[in-house]
Amino acid sequence: MNVLRVGADALLVEVSSGEEAEALHAELSRRRAQGTLAAREIVPGARTVLLDGLADPVRLSSELAAAEVPPAPPRAGHVVEIPVRYDGPDLADVAGHWGVAESEVAHIHAGTEFRVAFCGFAPGFGYLTGLPARYDVPRRDTPRTAVPAGSVALAGPYTGVYPRSSPGGWQLIGGTDAVLWDHTRVPAALLSPGTRVRFVPVGRQGLP
Amino acid sequence: MTHRALTVVRAGALTTVQDLGRPGHAHLGVPRSGALDAPAAALVNRLVGNPPGSAVLETTLTGCALRAWCAVTVAVGGAPCPVTVDGRPAPWGAAVGVPAGALLDVGAADSGVRSYVAVSGGVLVEPVLGSRSTDLLSGLGPPPLADGTVLPLGRPRVPHARVDVAPQPAPPAELVLRVAPGPRADWFTPAAMRALTSSVYRVSSASNRIGLRMDGPALERARPGELPSEGTVLGAVQVPTDGRPVVFLADHPTTGGYPVIGVVRTADLPAAAQAVPGTPVRFVTAGGR
Repeated sequence: MNVLRVGADALLVEVSSGEEAEALHAELSRRRAQGTLAAREIVPGARTVLLDGLADPVRLSSELAAAEVPPAPPRAGHVVEIPVRYDGPDLADVAGHWGVAESEVAHIHAGTEFRVAFCGFAPGFGYLTGLPARYDVPRRDTPRTAVPAGSVALAGPYTGVYPRSSPGGWQLIGGTDAVLWDHTRVPAALLSPGTRVRFVPVGRQGLP
Repeated sequence: MTHRALTVVRAGALTTVQDLGRPGHAHLGVPRSGALDAPAAALVNRLVGNPPGSAVLETTLTGCALRAWCAVTVAVGGAPCPVTVDGRPAPWGAAVGVPAGALLDVGAADSGVRSYVAVSGGVLVEPVLGSRSTDLLSGLGPPPLADGTVLPLGRPRVPHARVDVAPQPAPPAELVLRVAPGPRADWFTPAAMRALTSSVYRVSSASNRIGLRMDGPALERARPGELPSEGTVLGAVQVPTDGRPVVFLADHPTTGGYPVIGVVRTADLPAAAQAVPGTPVRFVTAGGR
């Protein structure tokens, strides 16, 4: 693991894949819950885990630099099911990128188990991985000024669900009524790093 | 009148409720938020006898005016400004009694950007994830104040601290930011790091609670493109595609793909929050500690 200093009290731990970042995040979170690691924030990224608010970053840095990436945690925990109408405006474009019929997009997407790799962009916005690399899609050339809340969207290797209306450049394949973020709910976020997710087709665009 | 509350008579350009913010939720995409000039917010709380985490008001350049429903003790600090109660001058940086029904006017900043207004008992709007702070990036917390907004107040602690006046640092004529290189300094040319630490930048008028934007030389990249998204910290000096550095303040995004050339010491950020557009900025290299 490559450990980079970030200011006075943070470290950025770089690994070589999203799977390794997920495994490292799970392990560091476990250690914090156990009381053997004191950190204010443990923030996974696409290939990194940020540790912020550390009491002794120098010592932890040398410890982590000498450590192996932990093994991936078992696929435990319940699976969050998100009902989706696969009727997004970019469905045809995505089908084109994938080289499949439009109706096949829902089939492939809903047949995949996803996991939240990391969050960002907005509270409750998770970057979900699970689709094979051949289904990566580019962002749209021109971002939309307003993507509706609940839009299910693809960009690069990721699937995401917009928690609220915002500008966005992802390819929209559908929509959900699931509430991704509700600050009066505990927990507020439906999706947090490590959460397993399945998309369940609903409505007339459902699985054939 | 038994209600403890304030009515906003003049919201000003941008006045928000702020406390210590909501750190600990960055992994969910939740910015830390909180008062940008945290020492000033803590000081005005102390002047009115509030605990340091009580919610205060953070104004931006033009102040605000509030009518008290009940007798309260207030203190205004941070950016120096005129303070009046029912039109009569009152001291800045000191505890001031405001009778029930009176109008507290916090004037435009004489220097600096953000004045802080503490009220005995604290502003008691509904907390979100343990904080009453307005987060302008993600929209969490109460919306910025509008004319007519009613702000409920908590019960004051009695007796309140007997600190009458407290010294506060003057807003900076020149901002000096100590920066520890990394984590992505290697994404820039050696000339870029020299440019960062030898040029005079100026605070851009596009600065806000998310970041202090810089006008000045663009920093040259050694490699193009974006990083896979990674976590970011308070004080990070992020360099977007135009090459002009942005210093992340409390409402900064939790992850990003633009490289961070260095990180400004947290202790230097309260002064950054008070630097008006056009203020000269010098970055000086400092170790990580």
